[in-house]
Amino acid sequence: MEDRRTPFTSLHEAAGARMVSYAGFSMPIQYSGLQEEHLRVRSAVGIFDVSHMGEIRVSGPKALEAVQHLVTNDAGRLEVGHALYACICNERGGVVDDTIVYRTGASEFMLCVNAANRAKDWAWLTSHNPHPDQATMVDEGDDWAQIAIQGPRAAELVSALGGAHLADLGTYHFALDQVFAGVAGAMVARTGYTGEDGFEVYLPAQLAEPVWTALLDAGAPLGVLPIGLGARDTLRLEARFCLYGHELGDEISPLQAGLNWTIGWKKGDFMGRDALLARRGKEPHRLAGLIMQDRRIPREGMKVMAGGEEVGWITSGTHSPSMERGVAMAYLRPDLLTEGTEVQVDVRGRLAPAQVFKGPFINR
Amino acid sequence: MSIPADRKYTSHDEWVLLDGDIATIGITDFAQDALGDLVFIDLPEAGATFAAGDALCEVESVKAVAEVYAPVGGEVVAVNEELDGSEGTVNSDPYGAGWLLKLRVTDAAELDALMDAAAYEAKVSES
Repeated sequence: MEDRRTPFTSLHEAAGARMVSYAGFSMPIQYSGLQEEHLRVRSAVGIFDVSHMGEIRVSGPKALEAVQHLVTNDAGRLEVGHALYACICNERGGVVDDTIVYRTGASEFMLCVNAANRAKDWAWLTSHNPHPDQATMVDEGDDWAQIAIQGPRAAELVSALGGAHLADLGTYHFALDQVFAGVAGAMVARTGYTGEDGFEVYLPAQLAEPVWTALLDAGAPLGVLPIGLGARDTLRLEARFCLYGHELGDEISPLQAGLNWTIGWKKGDFMGRDALLARRGKEPHRLAGLIMQDRRIPREGMKVMAGGEEVGWITSGTHSPSMERGVAMAYLRPDLLTEGTEVQVDVRGRLAPAQVFKGPFINR
Repeated sequence: MSIPADRKYTSHDEWVLLDGDIATIGITDFAQDALGDLVFIDLPEAGATFAAGDALCEVESVKAVAEVYAPVGGEVVAVNEELDGSEGTVNSDPYGAGWLLKLRVTDAAELDALMDAAAYEAKVSES
């Protein structure tokens, strides 16, 4: 099947980006070079085409009740203009997907979901909607383009194109009905997936194309670079953000993934709550960060050993451009989670020393 | 994509340049471009011996790892120590300062089985 295109795909191709097929879309994996792109986001600002992400609108008199049932976090504490990160769990307490829930109205929400899970999430959410008559769901995934603008100078760039008031948005706050780079109907959120300050700008897809070029032009004095999916992955790994299909999956609970904070235990019943209560404190593996003690590079799927026993596995691993060291996230036996615990990573048959590391993999 | 005419090439995108009985080995411009920024190269010890086709070493970029195979058999007489911490040299100068190692070849006739620049160019343009 032909890959789908975002409003910016032609611009990526014209710029000579290396394109790959990802989640059914033709997406740029790399522009100028992964490390240069990565470090530019840490030092200045980068822009990412994330139009492949899914958006699902939930509205109606029981929209809040429906969202509360379907996600783990407590959407009831959101005011209009605030967002939160949550998991969508199945009956077993496993993760169907992770999502950002935006409260766009008193009885209206937007869920941003992973590109790879758009069809699955839509099927799950609509078939488990507790109030189908009073909480209408609309798949708006094709209606929105999305650009992430991330880095310490992101606020300057966003202010230049959308107004200085946007720099005052708090973390996980957003502004509706903005005019951004001349495009009306934009939603600008102070969210991101890099560990840096930044924004995610939702644009009506039909009007969005000129915004990419406007960002590159206005950002030139700030050092802006377009960033591919390769650096998006290394940035999120350094920031210790989970990625569905790696740290999260249908049989992995938020408890295992260190996402206890996304569970609104006090909000009442929700999908997966009973299973999560039963799993609490009993998970055989929990997510940890590892930093290599030599120059070898951990990769997804490698075994983690301690005392001659297999104690876990790597879910994401790379060379960290910021720390110039191999870093990973791994599921480990829970008694090994203390910072500094020494383990070994089986790198193609040879054991490489690594230590459990608590914080993000970013030198500050 | 540059492909110098003074050396031979393998189907795994290694190059080999023979001087007397010493073969200098590296990866091609095509290979470094496909891998992206190299960050670690696990070079063998001097004195190690390899047959043609043996895995010589691993080169790793941020996102990928690739095995480098011996284009010809021989004994390692030198490895490029300058690459330690400057692996990016392989990206910027794959045919020059980015060489990986030198072998004293056992049988120089093994080079006859390898591709010349024209054949390698044809192979790369097909992929």
